[in-house]
Amino acid sequence: MVARIQVPKEAKRGELIAVRIAIQHPMETGFRFDHSGKPIPKNVVNTLTCSYGGVEIFRAEMGSGISANPYLQFYTRATASGELVFEWVDDAGERGSERVAITVTG
Amino acid sequence: MTQVRVANAVPRIEVLQPLVDKITGGAPLQEGRVTLDIPQLSDNGHSVPMKISIASPMSERDYVRTVHVLSEKNPRPVIATYHLNPQCGRAEITTRVRLNGEQRLLVIAAMSDGSFQAASASVIVTETACLDAS
Repeated sequence: MVARIQVPKEAKRGELIAVRIAIQHPMETGFRFDHSGKPIPKNVVNTLTCSYGGVEIFRAEMGSGISANPYLQFYTRATASGELVFEWVDDAGERGSERVAITVTG
Repeated sequence: MTQVRVANAVPRIEVLQPLVDKITGGAPLQEGRVTLDIPQLSDNGHSVPMKISIASPMSERDYVRTVHVLSEKNPRPVIATYHLNPQCGRAEITTRVRLNGEQRLLVIAAMSDGSFQAASASVIVTETACLDAS
């Protein structure tokens, strides 16, 4: 699963940074049918976690009420240089992950 | 601080009440710290931008633990649940949601002291998502 993530490469210590992530995923609601009239099973990215320096800082549990290609923006305080690790999983059990490095100065 | 009309501050949405009770354990929903930013009218319910902000210092002593987003009319009322911690620094979440018809959204923030802050917004969607069987 492809995701686009936006995190500043550099930040001052203590600075508040915006974290943006968009995952390419249809977020099937389970309420739609294919051409042959067969229901398309529900399949959404149900959990997304973000950890910073090995500690979970944000977790989203999502349902079919979240739009296709789920987009999220949240914040974190830049405390130390390290990696932000994003991990997510959908109802079909497919997993995705992405890492972004951040350098904290000052 | 005096809290006036706390019990009536956030509308009681009957269909969501069992869920609300499960979240709060019967504690009152207080108004004032949650801001729910969502367009009142949308042509298309497939992707409606929504911003939730909660006034909180996000310190070790006072922060937002969990944010619940509930919908009055979507076939699955729980849109999302977000878990935050003091490291977040600011309790603000932006996302895009699917909505159905004319309804109210209810956002409940579980605070670190065990209290619950909430806000509600009415939205009208002319072309719905969720129930679209096409």
